Amino acid sequence: MAGMCPYGRFTHAVVRGIPETFGRAWEGGESGVDLAKAQRQFGVLTGALRQKMGLQLIVIPPDPELPESWRVEDLAVVQGDTALITRPFRQQRRSEAEAVRRVVSELNLSVVEMGAEEGGSAGATLEGSDVLFTGREFFVGISSHTNHRGAEVLADTFKDFAVSTVPVCGGSRLKNICSMGGPDTIIISNSNGAKKTLHMMEQLTDHHYEVLTVPEDAAANCVYVRGPSKQDFLLHRPPDECPDSAPAFQKLTDYTLLPTACSEASKLGASLSSFCLLINRKPHF
Amino acid sequence: MTTEVGSETEVKKEPEKEKGEEPAPTADAQPTDSPAPEQENQEVAAPSENTTPEAPEATTPEKKKEEEKEKEGPVKEKGISRFLPPWLKKQKSQTQVTPKEATPLETTPTDGGVATVEGEEEKAEPEQEVGETSPPVEPPVENQEVNGVEVEEREEVKSEEGEKEESHSTGSADTQPAKEEKEECVEKGAEESKPPEEGEQEKEEEAKEEKKEEDKSCKPEGHSILKSPLKLTKKMKVAMCHVMMLDGTKFPCEVEKRAKGQILFFKVCEHLNLLEKDYFGLSYRDNADQKCWLDPTKEIKRQIRNNNWQFSFNVKFYPPDPSQLTEDITRYLLCLQLREDISSGRLPCSFVTHALLGSYSLQAELGDHDSDESRLPDYVSDFTFGSAQGKEMEEKVVELHKSHRGMTPAQADAQFLENAKKLSMYGVDLHHAKDSEGVDIMLGVCSSGLLIYKDRLRINRFAWPKILKISYKRNNFYIKIRPGEMEQFESTVGFKLPSHRAAKRVWKVCVEHHTFFRLTAPEQPPKAKFLTLGSKFRYSGRTQAQSRQASSLIDRPAPYFQRTSSKRISRSLDGAPVINVTDADSGPPFSSTPGENGHDPALELNSDSKDLDKTQDEVLKHQASISELKRSFMEATPEPRPSQWEKRLTASPATSLRLQGPGSFEEEINSLLFNNPASVCSGLATSCSTSRQTAGGDLTQLTAEKTPPRTDLTLPDLKDVSKQAEVEVEETVVIQEVRKTPKLPCPTPELVVTAAVETEQPPQEVEPKVNQEAIQEVEPEVNQEVNEEANPEVKEETRRASMSSESESEEEAEYHPQVEVNTSVNQIREEPEEEEREEKEDQEELKQEEDQEELKQEEQEEDQEEEKQEEQKEEEEKKEEHEVEPEPSELPEPQLPIVETDQSPAVVLASEAVPVAEEEGNTDDPMMTPEEAPNGHVHPQDPAHSEGLPGLVALEEEEVEPRVNGETERHQPQVICCSEPPVVKTEMVTISDTFAAQKTEIATKEVPIVHTETKTITYEAAQLDGGADGEPGVLMTAQTITSESLCTTTTTHITKTLKGGLSETRIEKRIVITGDSDIDHDQALAQAIKEAKEQHPDMSVTRVVVHKETELEEEGEGGEN
Repeated sequence: MAGMCPYGRFTHAVVRGIPETFGRAWEGGESGVDLAKAQRQFGVLTGALRQKMGLQLIVIPPDPELPESWRVEDLAVVQGDTALITRPFRQQRRSEAEAVRRVVSELNLSVVEMGAEEGGSAGATLEGSDVLFTGREFFVGISSHTNHRGAEVLADTFKDFAVSTVPVCGGSRLKNICSMGGPDTIIISNSNGAKKTLHMMEQLTDHHYEVLTVPEDAAANCVYVRGPSKQDFLLHRPPDECPDSAPAFQKLTDYTLLPTACSEASKLGASLSSFCLLINRKPHF
Repeated sequence: MTTEVGSETEVKKEPEKEKGEEPAPTADAQPTDSPAPEQENQEVAAPSENTTPEAPEATTPEKKKEEEKEKEGPVKEKGISRFLPPWLKKQKSQTQVTPKEATPLETTPTDGGVATVEGEEEKAEPEQEVGETSPPVEPPVENQEVNGVEVEEREEVKSEEGEKEESHSTGSADTQPAKEEKEECVEKGAEESKPPEEGEQEKEEEAKEEKKEEDKSCKPEGHSILKSPLKLTKKMKVAMCHVMMLDGTKFPCEVEKRAKGQILFFKVCEHLNLLEKDYFGLSYRDNADQKCWLDPTKEIKRQIRNNNWQFSFNVKFYPPDPSQLTEDITRYLLCLQLREDISSGRLPCSFVTHALLGSYSLQAELGDHDSDESRLPDYVSDFTFGSAQGKEMEEKVVELHKSHRGMTPAQADAQFLENAKKLSMYGVDLHHAKDSEGVDIMLGVCSSGLLIYKDRLRINRFAWPKILKISYKRNNFYIKIRPGEMEQFESTVGFKLPSHRAAKRVWKVCVEHHTFFRLTAPEQPPKAKFLTLGSKFRYSGRTQAQSRQASSLIDRPAPYFQRTSSKRISRSLDGAPVINVTDADSGPPFSSTPGENGHDPALELNSDSKDLDKTQDEVLKHQASISELKRSFMEATPEPRPSQWEKRLTASPATSLRLQGPGSFEEEINSLLFNNPASVCSGLATSCSTSRQTAGGDLTQLTAEKTPPRTDLTLPDLKDVSKQAEVEVEETVVIQEVRKTPKLPCPTPELVVTAAVETEQPPQEVEPKVNQEAIQEVEPEVNQEVNEEANPEVKEETRRASMSSESESEEEAEYHPQVEVNTSVNQIREEPEEEEREEKEDQEELKQEEDQEELKQEEQEEDQEEEKQEEQKEEEEKKEEHEVEPEPSELPEPQLPIVETDQSPAVVLASEAVPVAEEEGNTDDPMMTPEEAPNGHVHPQDPAHSEGLPGLVALEEEEVEPRVNGETERHQPQVICCSEPPVVKTEMVTISDTFAAQKTEIATKEVPIVHTETKTITYEAAQLDGGADGEPGVLMTAQTITSESLCTTTTTHITKTLKGGLSETRIEKRIVITGDSDIDHDQALAQAIKEAKEQHPDMSVTRVVVHKETELEEEGEGGEN
């Protein structure tokens, strides 16, 4: 199938800068985030993406009007040459998609609008942080931010792949408790909720995945990229943020581990993957 | 005509003569007998006819040949000849007979009587043939060979036949029949091609019998339609079928109106020159315009209720990995199907994938991209599969097409499939349904299991291994799910379908897919019983494994076929070859055909031999591995083409037993293992039901067809099998030292010394040994059952039980997918009602697992379970200690019927009897707790001792008798149902195997006892459940000899039945020493081992386990040789 290749091949990463309003719109009220620190961490992250992982970085300038716009992962789901522009749960965020839409269009991705189906897909919400693409199939976490209808739109968009829905028991987002750690490896938290989700994924899949369990939820969110010369890169939370999970990552032999701090964003319920939208513009046929 | 008749009669006579049965009946008898169309008649008639001299036969065949040739020969010959290997062709003499049959149309007008005679003759022939040629190998089952087939062969074989006839003093006919059988297998394929009218019925008949009888995997495809010969002649009514091919062409085809689906299907396959046909099927639209699969085993007319004979040829089972298909033509057809699937929307895919697939199709059909731009628009549109995005899609297709330059058509098809197979909906057969809450969902049946979709989202998935039972009732469809790791009980998930028919359709599709993809060999359809209501449907075709095996042997040159754009209907590229085939009826045989087709039969034969080799090696390596077992089963049973199974069914019981035996065993075991014995009786019953069904089905059908079962024959078959098969025998000597621990409910605290000796001995030898052992050691009670045969009965019994419990509605049916043995352990847990029981069961499971480990059967699941169980064990031990109180009791000496192993059914009874005796002591309470159960003797392994389940035992006993009476069932030993025995606490001292080799004598005291002293609660039954020590697919005989202090139980596990003749037999001998403290256990143990060793020099004691019951002060020690 056209887009079917092992997970991890990416050529581009789309990120958006941290606005001064970072943290202000946080639902939980006082988040106590440190803007400067967040921006530093963002800088480290983007540096790793570009210089270590060798991705072409597309940085969308921050917009103070959109305090959460740096969470570009939520705004689109990209697979192969198709980008689905999502409809975030919160109304305020929906205007964030505009910049992302523009970028993916410039990358010659065929853009599918979730909003275009307003009539039929009324009420459909989907955020990219609830979507786990494994290279073989999609898992969509049904969470407070993503509903079945949104998942259906995703399934209609990426017809080649099985799209399975799983409950998100642990975190508020599917990718808060799991992420891809390799072409066939899922990194997942050891929490009870995550176990339930994992169990469901295992039941739903036709494939076999290696599972790397980490004791901390936060550690389960990583960014994996397979470099052009087949190196394995993994962005993960540093030991000082997730001390218990450090040994687990050491199990990933021959990986280039890139500990990347994300403490400020995590205060807002985000994580490493939230910052970036990974795109592969070299489809393998 | 007259000549023909004479020949036929002669043929019949000849075989009988050889047999030496009865001399007498003259030719006259034939006509009289003729009215009786069916096998019975044949049999009867044949003996009478025997008297006729052989000489006439020899002459007649030649004449016949000539005549036949003139009449019809050419046409038929073509089709058959292709498939027939040269050696098969020899049979022409027999073929002579066939022409007669073929001629019936012609002849009938002249003499009705003649026609009838012919029919009889035909029937008679097969029998004769069988008896003559294959007497040793296969019991004489009536072989009805298709005349048509024979006819085809005639020409080529003629010279040979004549020679052979001459050579054989008795008569050529005799020899020929045997040949025919072999040939038939090959021919069956050819038969398909034959003209529907004549050949079909004949073919069918022949096929049935042949299939059964054929040891080797032939691919008989004929249907067995046993109809009176008269009818044949009269009913030559032909229906015109129109089959929509995958390339969009329509294939008109004539079939006899009463033909079964197979006939048509085979014609179509022949038209396509398709050998890997198992993945395909014919479909039709029912009145509700629902797509239905034409059942190959049933008459077409009865399936398509509307009178339009419109069919379409489709892929039925989408191979998960098309690259494993052998022939390009098969892949091409699959490509065509997928194109249709995509264009119809059944197989959704993205734009890019769509374009990519289109470009591969383009490359395959048109070759490299033509730079001539002007052409593009025209042809490209054909390859967009009806994409809505026409222009854009076309451009994309062309763009991609350019990149495929240099790719051959076969490569392009392969690429097409490599991409298409990854689509999530590839091979998923969707059915509308509602879940329990009334929400609209889709059920998707695919190679890996059952998928549940809500809209386009996959919301659940049940892989085949997770599914215990598939059933439907009215418009509900149910699947019973194996409990997960965390769950204790199996759950049943129900779905509501729009109609009863829809529910049944889903059910059938599930059964078929499960069988095809999950099993190595198809299950036999359930036996028809009065009590049995509901569908007995089972997939009767070859499984994917079998199909692969068969296709791996295809060595014909790649068939010529022309790729056609799906939209170009007018241009039937296939035309030439196809036409020839269809026209073959009237046309002269192609000279070339024999060579090409000849491969088929040969191939299959080859496969058998290869398989044998493989199996042996494998067996040596891992005796116990389940996979091998399955394989062996597969191989043992000739690769059944769809028709074969049918044939078997119809065939005489003896043959059927032989062939099916292995399968049934496995199934049975599986059923025992896998199904949850939850409510003990019911659980067992259900679990076993499937297995029983298989065996039963054969029997019933046989009877229905009027074939008298020849029990006598069975013996020879068995022998044959044994001869062919190399048997690995493992003997396990289990020495149990039991102190009289009266209280323990479980009679047998087991300890088992397992001496596993692997010797390659013919199975026959094994039995005698066992007997000897038993006799010597104590009181001779040997129950050795023919493993293979035993299963069916058990199954039936169990089934009955299950049946009774279940509601009887005609509109329901069940199917128990049983594949893996290992998983069974889980199920067992669930069933215990009481917590204690559960715990106990767990322990049992542990034990089973241990046993399995011994056997070297290891599966991950088990491992996991073991861990769990171990944990549980500890807990349980603590708990149960209170429970177990040693109460001194006298060892009851059960009166065990002495049975001799050989094929007598009685054996089974004997085994059962043992349990009964025990039960007497026990309370009737089925769920007896260990405390309740009386301890007495040890019946370590008798599965039959369902002490815990008196109900079951009773059932078995009752039912056994009737069966015995039944014709076929005699030979089938009863299967011992595993019951869940009460738990006995024992201490186990295990002596590692390493020591065993070193020591010759067993010095129990001196033996270094590993003081691991794991206290384990052991269930006797557990072992049994585990497939008798975890050997999957094992049928066992259990003999228990009891003396005051010694109880010896010999259990024979047949792990593998025949695999192409390979079988593995494991004999485990357990010696239980029971007695008061007075007994010198060490001495007794030593003695026992010594005896065992003496008796079986070739065997070794691999393991000695001494279980001491906790209460007892004294312990047992283990010694090793």
